[in-house]
Amino acid sequence: MTLGGDCRNCRLMLAYALRRVLQSFLVLLVVGLVAFSMFRFVGDPVDNLLGQERTQEDIERVRADLGLDDPFLVQYWTFLKKAATGDFGLSYRQARPVGDIIAERAPATLELALVSGTMAIFFGVVLGIFTAIRRDGWVANVIMSTSLIGVSLPTFLIGILLIYLFSVELGWLPSFGRGEVVDLGWWTTGFLTASGLKALILPSITLGLYQMTLIMRLVRSEMLEVLRADYIRFARARGLREKSVNFRHALKNTLVPVITVTGLQLGSIIAFAIITETVFQWPGVGLLFINAIQFVDIPVMAAYLMLISVMFVGINLVVDLLYFAIDPRLRADRTKAH
Amino acid sequence: MSDPVLSIRDLTVEIPTRGGLLRPVDQVSYDIAKGEILGVVGESGAGKSMAGNAVIGLLNRPAKITGGEIWLNGTRIDKLQGENMRRLRGKDIGMVFQDPLTSLNPLLTIGDQLTETMLQHLSITQTEARKRAIAALEEVGIPAASERLDSYPHEFSGGMRQRVVIALALCAEPSLIIADEPTTALDVSVQAQIIALLKRLCRDRGTAVMLITHDMGVIAETADRVAVMYAGRLAELGPVREVITAPEHPYTDGLMGSTPLASKGLKRLRQIPGSMPRLTAMPTGCAFHPRCPKAQDICRHDPRPRRDGGRAACHFPITHSAEETA
Amino acid sequence: MTDLPQIPPQVRAKAPSRFTRAWDSDFAYQFRRSPVAIISFTVVLVLVLAAIFAPLIAPYDPFDPASLNLMNGFSKPMEPNAFTGDVFWLGTDDQGRDVFSTILYGLRISLFVGAAAVAFAMVLGITLGLLAGYVGGWVETIIMRVADVQLTFPAILVAMLIFGIAKGITPVEYRDQMAIWVLIVAIGLSDWVQFARVVRGATLVEKNKEYVQAARLIGRGSGAIMLRHILPNVLSPVLVIATISLALAIIAEATLSFLGVGAPPTQPSLGTLIRIGQGFLFSGEWWILLFPAATLLALALAVNLLGDWLRDALNPKLR
Repeated sequence: MTLGGDCRNCRLMLAYALRRVLQSFLVLLVVGLVAFSMFRFVGDPVDNLLGQERTQEDIERVRADLGLDDPFLVQYWTFLKKAATGDFGLSYRQARPVGDIIAERAPATLELALVSGTMAIFFGVVLGIFTAIRRDGWVANVIMSTSLIGVSLPTFLIGILLIYLFSVELGWLPSFGRGEVVDLGWWTTGFLTASGLKALILPSITLGLYQMTLIMRLVRSEMLEVLRADYIRFARARGLREKSVNFRHALKNTLVPVITVTGLQLGSIIAFAIITETVFQWPGVGLLFINAIQFVDIPVMAAYLMLISVMFVGINLVVDLLYFAIDPRLRADRTKAH
Repeated sequence: MSDPVLSIRDLTVEIPTRGGLLRPVDQVSYDIAKGEILGVVGESGAGKSMAGNAVIGLLNRPAKITGGEIWLNGTRIDKLQGENMRRLRGKDIGMVFQDPLTSLNPLLTIGDQLTETMLQHLSITQTEARKRAIAALEEVGIPAASERLDSYPHEFSGGMRQRVVIALALCAEPSLIIADEPTTALDVSVQAQIIALLKRLCRDRGTAVMLITHDMGVIAETADRVAVMYAGRLAELGPVREVITAPEHPYTDGLMGSTPLASKGLKRLRQIPGSMPRLTAMPTGCAFHPRCPKAQDICRHDPRPRRDGGRAACHFPITHSAEETA
Repeated sequence: MTDLPQIPPQVRAKAPSRFTRAWDSDFAYQFRRSPVAIISFTVVLVLVLAAIFAPLIAPYDPFDPASLNLMNGFSKPMEPNAFTGDVFWLGTDDQGRDVFSTILYGLRISLFVGAAAVAFAMVLGITLGLLAGYVGGWVETIIMRVADVQLTFPAILVAMLIFGIAKGITPVEYRDQMAIWVLIVAIGLSDWVQFARVVRGATLVEKNKEYVQAARLIGRGSGAIMLRHILPNVLSPVLVIATISLALAIIAEATLSFLGVGAPPTQPSLGTLIRIGQGFLFSGEWWILLFPAATLLALALAVNLLGDWLRDALNPKLR
């Protein structure tokens, strides 16, 4: 689908995009304030950086280093400037720059999220369409009833169940870790080795199953709604093939609301990775965050919060723009609104 | 008269429910000839749309045809299933729905929707389809058709969208058009234009039209003959002029008395006491007898007065003097 | 088409007792007609009673070191222990604690945290929702903006973060003691938005109705109007959200405890028990993990189904 051939539409899209980007920045500023306040007020940063043996001199040096004597807004600004370059100070627990720790763990989480997200969307949409089109068939009914249990099943139980089945009983798949990874210098990937790929299977099913269920149920109910619409009846009345009616006419209209929710679900995949990473001891940022909470490692917590906010806000932005691109009515409505 | 385009014989549609079998269309028969416009009138729930849906094979489950025959151009079509029925839709039978705002897919340009329909039914190329689409839009009176081809439905007004819908229904040149309340959702000022357009196009092509509406005014303007339906049954069938000026069925008579029509002059409007029975509580005998001023014992018991030669399915049709009918 | 129950004439003649009236209400009728509702309600009821009377039902007190016998460790379910000959229904863990008893006590913690968190979220959400809807202006703007930003993030993440911050603020020696309360606040704070949104929406509708205007005219104070007139109108959607929230809160609590950022081992909830049980998955002591997990699953599923049913029964519009 083209984003509107003429330039009027492009300008419109640009203005809308700019406004949304501005809003996103505002949200990030607020989250930044939360992160900064954590940093500044939860526990004493000086205590955390210096051990028991310290002189008054040390304390003052650190206070000056951290800028703790500056006015609040100046400190906040400094924090934001540093955060923008990925500088979140030192981890209390590991005494290494937080930015480095996150950078070396991010690939694990992102690869996991990518695989499970793709799986969730693909199977969610396919099963959703299937259960909507064959809504009276017994296969569809079985899928729907199973999905109800899937929604109530906590993620970590799914993980444990899978480990029990495929690692303990059958011994087919590893129950923890990433397997062998290939270091590309700036990125470590498990995609290139057999053990890396095998290690991905269980965690990504665990992480993606819940999202898949949600997407499937959403696609199904939207599709059923659309299939009742007048334009679908009209398409049938014009003698179009079932395939064309279902996929060209119905699916496209189903996707409009589905994209929004799916986008948000992708965001939560990154967050829910925390649970999956803990179950499978997957060396990603989620596991890092949980350990940070357990040991009250504030800089890591703050950095994680900022990182995940940027992702969420970014995904929201993309979803909104995609929405704008796919639905011609929206473009028109926005024209009127301004 | 040549063979009719559409011929319906004792068509019955039933819906099984927990409360029992409902019969929204009950042994209805009528013909439509080439180039003829048959108006089908009745209150909502009288079964007029259901009959139309049955003809084009788009009954919503669990409703289904349980009796009678439908013949289209000499072929029996009521038993057709799946693919065979689909090939008929759009190609031999076109349909126009009530609400043009919801009949068009909002995410496809009207050009897309026109060409996909033509490519489905005619063996022509994409380029040819586009050319024909422009011609079709011009024919229904869309100005600057070649430019509007790539517009989305929301960029048109209600009346313009209904013109697009008509172009879509006619684009594969069907021999029968079923127009289900084509003007009800439109502004009054636009209604006359749309009716005139439909009438002109079908006359030019010799298309038979089943015009389903509850608006007697539209029928009087447009139709050649009219079928009056009541509670799923055919009450009266005859030439428009005669049915309007000299209704034979007491229901039609009541209907005419309660409709303000310019052609009849200014008379005080009457109303029919009571309301149409629900399908779940059909009276025995003639469906109209509880409200009928002329009802006799036989009306309460004989389930099915036939239209024997006359226009009305009634034991005691109203008789009119010759001068009244003229 | 719903066929309403036929009330025999002799019942109708008498003034109906409170019980008959409740029994004949639409709500009770729909309940009796739904096997899912009856089963899930029974499961929830049994689990809640088991939790309340845990000290009476539990054959052992798992937190009394005196009653523990390390020799009883790893007893299989329903089999006499190899050393002591004691029989435990659901077996024991590594320390010889009776799994059945720990589940009862764990259920107590899980239900308490879940219910208290929902109650907290409900009070907070209703208050802020009423304020936002009734007062309007900048109060509304601030409350709803905060709600919007919070909704961008999954509740479980918000709860983790709040838990982490609270942990940072609490002195180390009180951390375990405070953990349960911190957990309640964290889950509650992550879940108030739903309530606030619904209450605000309903308030906006109700506040312009004549009866509220009339109450205002006769000089009723804002607080009285909100509590006496507007609040009763939002109760049924709030009840529905509360039930669904309860299922979510129970799962959230279990998840946090499983991750080790929730109920401490000294006060284990079902989640903590599953965390402990996971350690024995590979060594073959499946019962330490299976029974707490099954209990949690039954609880979450039953509350979820009950919430679904309640939503349909009380307010079809909420769908």
